[in-house]
Amino acid sequence: MTDMSVAYPERLTVDQLQIAPSRRHREAIIRYTLLVTALVSVLVSALIVWILLREAWTFITEVVWADTWGQQGWFPRRGLYDIPTIIVPSLIVTGIAMVVAGPLGLGAAVYLSEYANRRVRSWLKPALEILAGIPSVVLGFFALTWIAPNLVGPIGRNTFGVIGAVILLGYAAVSAGIAKAKIKQYREGVADPSARVGAVASLAMLVAVFAVAGAWILGVWLDFAPNNAGSLAAAGIGVGILTIPLVASISEDAMAAVPDSLREASAGLGARKMATATTVVLPAAISGIVAAFIVAISRAIGETMVVFMAGGAADAARFTDSPFEGGLTMTAAIASLASGTDSVVGEGLTFQSLYFVGLLLFLFTLTLNIIAARFVSKVREAY
Amino acid sequence: MISRLSDEKSRAAIAASIERRRVDARGLLFRTVLQACLLLTLALLAVLLITVAFDSTDQLGARFWDFLGGTLRSQSGDEQLGVHQAIYGSMWIAIIVALLAFPIGIGAAVYLEEYAPRNRFTSFIEVNIRNLAGVPSIVYGLLGLALLLNGQIFGLDRLTGGRSTLSGGITLAILVLPIVVITSGEAFRAVPTALREGAYGVGATKWEMIRTQVLPYAAPGILTGTLLSMARAIGEAAPLILVGAVTGRLGDNPGLFDLGALDERFTALPIVITSWTQQSGRDAGFATAAAAAIVVLLVFVLMMNSAAIGLRNRFEKKRG
Amino acid sequence: MSMTDEAPRLIERPVAAAAEPQAAEPPPAAERDVVFRSHDVNVYYGAFRAVRDVTFDVPKNEIMALIGPSGCGKSTVLRCYNRMNDLIKDARVTGAITYRGTDLYDERVDPVEVRRRIGMVFQKPNPFPKSIYDNVAYGPRVAGQKKGLDDVVESSLRKAALWEEVNDRLNDSALGLSGGQQQRLCIARAIAVGPDVLLMDEPCSALDPIATARIEDLMQEIKQDYTIMIVTHNMQQAARVSDTTAFFTADVRSENDTRTGILVEVDTTQKMFSNPADERTENYVTGRFG
Repeated sequence: MTDMSVAYPERLTVDQLQIAPSRRHREAIIRYTLLVTALVSVLVSALIVWILLREAWTFITEVVWADTWGQQGWFPRRGLYDIPTIIVPSLIVTGIAMVVAGPLGLGAAVYLSEYANRRVRSWLKPALEILAGIPSVVLGFFALTWIAPNLVGPIGRNTFGVIGAVILLGYAAVSAGIAKAKIKQYREGVADPSARVGAVASLAMLVAVFAVAGAWILGVWLDFAPNNAGSLAAAGIGVGILTIPLVASISEDAMAAVPDSLREASAGLGARKMATATTVVLPAAISGIVAAFIVAISRAIGETMVVFMAGGAADAARFTDSPFEGGLTMTAAIASLASGTDSVVGEGLTFQSLYFVGLLLFLFTLTLNIIAARFVSKVREAY
Repeated sequence: MISRLSDEKSRAAIAASIERRRVDARGLLFRTVLQACLLLTLALLAVLLITVAFDSTDQLGARFWDFLGGTLRSQSGDEQLGVHQAIYGSMWIAIIVALLAFPIGIGAAVYLEEYAPRNRFTSFIEVNIRNLAGVPSIVYGLLGLALLLNGQIFGLDRLTGGRSTLSGGITLAILVLPIVVITSGEAFRAVPTALREGAYGVGATKWEMIRTQVLPYAAPGILTGTLLSMARAIGEAAPLILVGAVTGRLGDNPGLFDLGALDERFTALPIVITSWTQQSGRDAGFATAAAAAIVVLLVFVLMMNSAAIGLRNRFEKKRG
Repeated sequence: MSMTDEAPRLIERPVAAAAEPQAAEPPPAAERDVVFRSHDVNVYYGAFRAVRDVTFDVPKNEIMALIGPSGCGKSTVLRCYNRMNDLIKDARVTGAITYRGTDLYDERVDPVEVRRRIGMVFQKPNPFPKSIYDNVAYGPRVAGQKKGLDDVVESSLRKAALWEEVNDRLNDSALGLSGGQQQRLCIARAIAVGPDVLLMDEPCSALDPIATARIEDLMQEIKQDYTIMIVTHNMQQAARVSDTTAFFTADVRSENDTRTGILVEVDTTQKMFSNPADERTENYVTGRFG
């Protein structure tokens, strides 16, 4: 194959197959400019991690660790940093928020995905999106001025008792079911001898959790003092309302990803809508629903304003484990210390304590988000 | 299973299932519970809006323009009480967010979707952006505090004037940046391959193809994302608390377009709402002032959100 | 700039290829002018080889049809000629393709300029969501032309036999045209940048028979100005419009379930449809396989 054997109508050179240099240079300039914009996010992450670590490290190395556990409370300006004082309220608020947002959000999602017709959806979806767009300060105001006096104060004790009892009974039913299954498994000799240890251990754990939670609920119920002002319960409900749209939209996306062929197959076997929803769609979408709950938990832990406004604590707080008292979450502890003063002042490590709490918060939410992302990608893989 | 059942048993099972079909009580109950979940959610939303609207009439009904033109005061009965400084702060924060976060965010999305080679570094950037979107807003406040107020790394406090509108705007721009990147990226992914190939096929360069095909086609999606992130930015309070937004009294009351006040102390609508809500325990009149400020904030936020939602629905319908 | 920067370059330069003794020279281009020569072209998607050892010449001012069963890689081969495969991540082309004596895959060659000279019409009409005028003027505009666009638009539309139908509504959206009109608009859009070659990737597969006939007539009219390569799975179409035909088939490896496209034979269309040299071609064109 020599070139000579071929007649080309007009020979071209490489130079003729190039574009104008100005056009080529413009391409390169744009490409690198865009690369720089993409790197900004990396810079931001690096700065967040660097700044959190730097200040938190000073705190970690210089704080008197004996003062961070079992003290009377979180009094940063006096150098008392009792970590459980800000962790426990965070967990209480998150727990209450999930009790509110979990069923409401999931129920709304199942209705929208499996029952609502086109016309109903076209009204309900935007309504949920409006709720999603409401700033958290508005929920903070609502939690303090309406939820606290109307939902928590007067009916707080009984509501709490009833909901607590329902949750405990549900837990007891589930654990009884699991225990029964384990015992049956063991009796039938399906499991190897080590399963006996597992069965006993899990039973013990179930009983222990039941006992601790029951004691906590009973204790709070007995100690209840009516409180129309801010409280962790009011803040928790507010945060819950805030996260309903999040749970609803992520769960609905997961259910929408379930192929209609599965629903048709189920209907073809004579299943009713409810059976299809609970035995086909929900199990198929379970990864996405778990992700929705995890994202909502992460969001609730990180939520600041509702707790800051309606949590019923100033910039320092005594330890509390009652949702009907005022308390400081991690986020509120940061916000309240920085709020309203010209600079963060106090005992030597006050400023650094902000960053220590910030680092804890960052690590909690990052872990949860990474786990949630895993679950979401599971949904993507499946369909 | 079925094969093990005797004829009699299966007949009974079929009969039972047909019986049940007549009144599907469980199904009906299930459906009602689901509806109740939605209705309860919407009822809470309605109560919220009604409470706020009702409370706000004391200020907005009685002294609408005075309230919009007034300043931060220590007494709720003060006739000069109002949200002018807060509107100034929120408006300029929104403008700074638009100027910083939108070009950088859209640029990053263009790079990641159109240019970036598929390698580990690119997926690192993408994961990084998704994680940034999940970082609590108050952590961004800590970043702003260290970076823009205390000038701990680049001495940026001299540029921003420390506790200023500029610091607040930059902090919130950083906060919404990942949202802008993610929503714009989704819009770019929706651009059909046929359009890209058509442009390349007649000798367009990559950037020419992006400018003439990808950006116009994705424009509604990008606009939706930017409107949503703008609404998010003007509703955020936590980071502003850390970068020193003023909750008590603020001396100056700059004109709305007074650029000179950008590096001075500031406040914003969500901050004013927070502060007044917290003061309502001491001075009950502040509750109505807070409600009035909420109405002002919601007008802005809901306008942006509904514009974004409307825009998206329109284009989804159009493109079927 | 392009993906080929990253891919290991195994292209043999024509000069290097010249040193090798070459027996498998395809016959048709003996006395005719040749626009493209391909030699041992392989296309890989990642580790998967989509096309194996394709060697043939494309004569000037003729219509060459690439036919074969689906999955035989004919579209992939077509897309090598204007470096469209560069746009697919992980795609890699080895072997040599020369265009008018120049290695098309030389690192200094810019695929953007290649695509201007070697235009493409796609399977599904893909007009831009712009006016008819802007669609045709698009290519000249990105190439920097600002004046005389009206003339370019008119002459391109005339060549594409669309002018009479649309000259009174040039500013209407191109999306309002019928499928056949849209495809002719895409041909006008390709012509407007003054290309040398037109690559057509099953241009009529989305059209009805009447629109198909119009496109086929159009191809005959414009072939005096352009060299045309058309991929089609419609054998009658290949027989009707083309001067030369290349028949591809898929080499299926059942052990790892991969199919690789191979070139069976190239010859004049008349010979390919009446008296092909290869039994596989005969089976395909007589409908016994495919």
